[in-house]
Amino acid sequence: MAIAETTRAQMREVLDRYPRKRSALMPLLHLVQADEGFITPEGVTLVAELVELTEAEVTAVSSFYTMYLKRQSGRVRVGVCINSLCAVLGGDEIWDALVDHCGTGNNQTTDDGAVTLERIECQAACTHAPVMTANWEFLDDMTVEKAKQVVDDARAGLPIKSTRGPVVRSFAEAERTIVGVDDGLVAEGDHRDERMMAGLRLARQNGDAERSADAERRGAQKVKGN
Amino acid sequence: MTVTTASTSGDTLEPRPDLVTLTIDGVETSVPKGTLIIRAAEQLGVAVPRFCDHPLLDPVAACRMCLIEVEGMPKPQPACAVTCSDGMVVKTQMTSAVAGEAQRSVMEFLLINHPLDCPICDKGGECPLQNQAMANGQGDTRFDGPKRTFPKPIGLSAQVLLDRERCVSCARCTRFAEQVAADPLIELLERGSQQQVGIADGVPFNSYFSGNTIQICPVGALTSAMYRFRSRPFDLVSTPTACEHCASGCALRTDSRRNAVMRRMAAVDPAVNEEWNCDKGRFAFRYLESDLRLTTPLIREDGELRPASWDEALVAAAEGFTAAQGTTGTITGGRLMVEDAYAYSVFTRRVLGTNDIDFRPRNSSAEEEQFLAARVAGRGLGPTYADLEKAPAVLLVTFEPEDESPIVLLRLRKAARAGTRVLAVAPAASRGLGKVDGTWIPAAPGSEAAVLKDLAPDVVDLLGQQGAVVLVGERASASPGLLTAVGELCDRTGAALGWVPRRAGDRGSVDAGLLPSLLPGGRPVADAAARVDTAAIWGSVDVPDAEGRDIPAMLKGVEASEVSALLMAGVQLDDLPDGAEAALRAAEFVVVVDTHDHAVVQFADVVFPVAAAPEKTGSFVNWEGRVRPSSRPLRTSLMTDARVLSALGAEMGIKGLESDPVALMAELDEFSGWEGARVSPPAVAGSSPEPGSGLLLGTWRPLLESTDMQSGEPYLAATARSQEVWLSAGEARTLGATEGDMITVTGSSGSVTAPLVLADVADGAVVVTGNAHRALGASGVRVQVAVEGQG
Amino acid sequence: MPLTPVLSAHWDEADSYTLDGYRRHGGYDALALAFAKQPDDVIQLVKDSGLRGRGGAGFPTGMKWGFVPQGDGKPHYLVVNADESEPGACKDVPLMLANPHSLVEGVVIASYAIRANHAFIYIRGEVPHAIRRVATAVREAYAAGLLGQNIQGSGFDLEVTVHAGAGAYICGEETALLDSLEGFRGQPRLKPPFPAVAGLYASPTVVNNVETIASVPSIVTNGAEWYTSYGSEKSPGVKLFAVSGHVERPGIFEAPMGTTMRELLEWAGGMRKGHRLKFWVPGGSSVPLLTEEHLDVPYTYEDIAAAGSMLGTGTPMVFDETTSVTRVVTRWLEFYKHESCGKCTPCREGTYWLVDLLRRLEGGVGSDDDITRINEVSAQIAGRSFCALGDAAATPFPGAMKYFADEIALGTHTPASDLYDPVAATVLAGVNA
Repeated sequence: MAIAETTRAQMREVLDRYPRKRSALMPLLHLVQADEGFITPEGVTLVAELVELTEAEVTAVSSFYTMYLKRQSGRVRVGVCINSLCAVLGGDEIWDALVDHCGTGNNQTTDDGAVTLERIECQAACTHAPVMTANWEFLDDMTVEKAKQVVDDARAGLPIKSTRGPVVRSFAEAERTIVGVDDGLVAEGDHRDERMMAGLRLARQNGDAERSADAERRGAQKVKGN
Repeated sequence: MTVTTASTSGDTLEPRPDLVTLTIDGVETSVPKGTLIIRAAEQLGVAVPRFCDHPLLDPVAACRMCLIEVEGMPKPQPACAVTCSDGMVVKTQMTSAVAGEAQRSVMEFLLINHPLDCPICDKGGECPLQNQAMANGQGDTRFDGPKRTFPKPIGLSAQVLLDRERCVSCARCTRFAEQVAADPLIELLERGSQQQVGIADGVPFNSYFSGNTIQICPVGALTSAMYRFRSRPFDLVSTPTACEHCASGCALRTDSRRNAVMRRMAAVDPAVNEEWNCDKGRFAFRYLESDLRLTTPLIREDGELRPASWDEALVAAAEGFTAAQGTTGTITGGRLMVEDAYAYSVFTRRVLGTNDIDFRPRNSSAEEEQFLAARVAGRGLGPTYADLEKAPAVLLVTFEPEDESPIVLLRLRKAARAGTRVLAVAPAASRGLGKVDGTWIPAAPGSEAAVLKDLAPDVVDLLGQQGAVVLVGERASASPGLLTAVGELCDRTGAALGWVPRRAGDRGSVDAGLLPSLLPGGRPVADAAARVDTAAIWGSVDVPDAEGRDIPAMLKGVEASEVSALLMAGVQLDDLPDGAEAALRAAEFVVVVDTHDHAVVQFADVVFPVAAAPEKTGSFVNWEGRVRPSSRPLRTSLMTDARVLSALGAEMGIKGLESDPVALMAELDEFSGWEGARVSPPAVAGSSPEPGSGLLLGTWRPLLESTDMQSGEPYLAATARSQEVWLSAGEARTLGATEGDMITVTGSSGSVTAPLVLADVADGAVVVTGNAHRALGASGVRVQVAVEGQG
Repeated sequence: MPLTPVLSAHWDEADSYTLDGYRRHGGYDALALAFAKQPDDVIQLVKDSGLRGRGGAGFPTGMKWGFVPQGDGKPHYLVVNADESEPGACKDVPLMLANPHSLVEGVVIASYAIRANHAFIYIRGEVPHAIRRVATAVREAYAAGLLGQNIQGSGFDLEVTVHAGAGAYICGEETALLDSLEGFRGQPRLKPPFPAVAGLYASPTVVNNVETIASVPSIVTNGAEWYTSYGSEKSPGVKLFAVSGHVERPGIFEAPMGTTMRELLEWAGGMRKGHRLKFWVPGGSSVPLLTEEHLDVPYTYEDIAAAGSMLGTGTPMVFDETTSVTRVVTRWLEFYKHESCGKCTPCREGTYWLVDLLRRLEGGVGSDDDITRINEVSAQIAGRSFCALGDAAATPFPGAMKYFADEIALGTHTPASDLYDPVAATVLAGVNA
């Protein structure tokens, strides 16, 4: 498969961001995946040309990072965090249930090509454990039932709403977002959930927030007064 | 030692500002600033165990084997990566329990996943891991889990195989490929415990230097297809030899068993090849066992060559040469050791009575002959590899080191990494030039002389800096006026001049006087004093005073019946100019002295088989002018060229021609230091290429090609580069061709079809890589270019 | 201790992540204050504030900035480490979701101080929504003249590039991050040279954590004295604590340094009903675990160190009595094995070995020798690996042994899942029942 011209244009744009070409290597590999679904030999060759490296040097990098894939995945990559905290809080049960539900294993795709399951490491969302992702958008505070529903919706082609993020888009679109292409979805996904707000709400209730703001202002006045 | 007064002898013990003083295992020592602890310890005789460390690679401190204790540092430090500083107190495993324990730990970690296949591993018996495990490791393992395994082995190339489970991730091979060879075609892939050396899909490790990775692998992870499982190190006899394949002059270690070479490795010679060599030098030795080896003399009878006794053949050759008295020409090739070359010089002058002798069965010119006589012959050592490394700038002129003298490329790469500017006057910006971060000065073949005369002022300034070097390759002979211009450039700027021929025997042949105007040691034939001097060394004989014929003149001379006999030694038909075949056919009498049967042999009336370089003791002289002595790893009943010539001389009535290599070398040494007249440098005006249709051909001989001396080694041959046609984007557009299209290039005697590569190519030029000279001619000829098919 | 929302002060506004939302509460006002000072004075201010790196190591930020040689003729770079991947750490990603402009403003001020004209924000690739919000914030800042040429007429130019990683915990190590940003495998570099002298592209570079940089604008606005009025002398200021695990209300709490775990636990609603604390980890899996006896240890670098652990990322993970410590530690070691970059022998082979041994204990088929060996292998890694990842991998087991040796020893005959019903440990109970 050839890399599309739109993708090539994005690649050129990415190259311009860096003082040295080689720095663009990782975003370019994300763009290869946006177009091809995984790191193809053609993609490696194209990227090698663009950043003036050998294919071996590009492969050395692409094989180092877990997000760069060796084979085509399903339309939705469903990740389950299996690091200790999420695992203990339910991640292991969710994983087992999904393996059972999908009839696939780690990094395998359902027969209909809809879902690839993946055991993922800590997603920096431990306050929202157990955590899952769908094409890398957050699925917080998961349960076995919610997890199965995600998979069922993915297989039925129904929209999946992420928790702190937009409706889950295709893997290709996610890869473009990752390299910074503006997808217009910045306002999606209210961040103000219970976990994010835990401290602030408490501070507002007990007046700490006001006191803290007051302290800031006093500090500022001191600076200005100097 | 008695220290008396402070003297000027250099023995004083005053502190030097460029030294730091530290203590290692209780012993105080001073070392230059920047010295790594591991090197300082070595100087005291303390071997800190190591795997990733290599003195010619950048430190990486990955294997952690060399952990030692440094007072004041909370954790053990890698001796391979920490530089010595004043007052530092270092304790190695010899005096520190912390260091010893850290090293034992690392050794244990290295072994948990290492297979116990030492008994079948090529490295067994010479393996740093095995040795250090035996010396410092525990006898037993505490690891009882499943070992990491990989399907084995994988081919990094046709030549280099990898058993991944043996690898200890020291990254010597990958660092060598990137830092030294500039061929980052192998890399560490994956990560963590799955980290492994590998190549990209479908892009093999076809580096000219790939074999070095096998040699520096501290375990048996990398092996060569040709040596794998073939012998055990302790069965091998090692002999120091010099490489016979090119003028780089690598010191080699030839390992043989039962009179057969099993493998060759780079020997350590800091002045020349450091610890490296190229794959041709490493792997191309199976030619010694080729079915095409000549083993007995042959004589022509009823139109057919038949085996003959030595007596029979010597008589036949003597009769033929005697009949042709005075009209025999000698043509030698690049395989000659300098002792043999000198023997040809003596034989041709004293026995054949002529100066018709030439070692250049390739494109050559009278200008080149004059250049060699004036600026190269008998000039001794220099510029050297060390000079390249120190040079602020090196200009390459019609010289592609990667193919034509690969160790020069490695040294230029090293120099360039340290800041040397490399520039090249060349038909194209080659990949080799990219490896030395070089600056390309475009010059269409034939126009180089003009380009040199018109160099940009900043380039001239660079060459005017102290220590600058100009290296010119043998292809310069094809460009009229170029060697004149190169010499003048060096005279003008003060840059040192190096002539880098392609073949191992070439520089020695110049020094031995295998040119029609030149006697040994740079003495001009035309100079009476030089002839007298020569005659004195040769024992008051007559030295012919008429300048002789070069190869084209000899071949023409045959046509004109002025030359009736030819003595051919180590010359391939493919190497000779057009018309050689007709001349050989027309010559009345042809004697071939050679190692292998080939096309020229078919024209011989008498054939003498001789020993190849690894079958004799002798020397080559490399491009620097440095003598490269070579011992004899193989016994043979075959004689050296010099012994054949001595016997033939005796048969022709001149007895006592020296044939002992040591005596020959001593005699040649008597020719050194000539202070008399020299051939004056050439003064050929440069001319622009004649206008004409088509493009000017740029081409050079590749390192790997199918020649007798590379025969019998299919794995090596499989790593050769495929042929390409390089055009500038502009020329390609004119032609209507795009990258990958098959392009046919047609020259005077044939054509070549190869895929198009868009490159930086000088206006009006086309570059054909790979062996193209036979079909198309030498650099600078006009060729026609056409699109054959879409790629 | 009170809660002190500073970075999180306005997260409850729907548009807190936008330029408008940020400016509504004085956002980017610090910029003018900073530009009014000489760069060295900004460095001095940050030194005076005592701000320490919030990524885990706690290195004094102002001092780091001060290491950058000035007038060296080389370009300087600021690189923000937004590769939050430490198990248990979940403060930078929420900050980038809710308040990315505090980061961008901090980037401008920090770059001005160290005289960098190009800054990079290296965000782990797996958090597209955080990337989206930061990238948008950067675009907004460019459009508002807060980035680019001659920012606010100051004569200071700054380009900011948002760079996404691709899944490698090791890239949180600053030199591995730099190699990654240069397009190499994310493996750590030899030090010296340190990044301040030869970092990105061999030029002087400061690498700072997201929370560190985002803290700078409030310090510039309110002064060093305001900042040092919180926390201890050695650990001043406020920080984002993220409490996760078996608590009633996990979440993010911004409070002064010196807050105790008991206070954090209280804010988080205590342990989940009917359960009691078994162990907690102060700041990511790479620091030794602590127990109930340490609940009153103030969250300062010095006090937590004195208690035998490290403050780390300041994001406590809390586990109750239903949790098998062997299971937790095994999983962490599987993580370190998965994330070991492979460069050095102790970490690459040691984590491989440890996982093999720990799985036996978790499976109830371990031996006393295995336990001894795990301790020994951990000790063989610690202090000998190339970078801190190896040290981190050597931490969990010895830490657990200190308090739970008896439980771990049960792994010689009984599987962890028999000792501690995994279902009982989940927070799914009731939901899926």
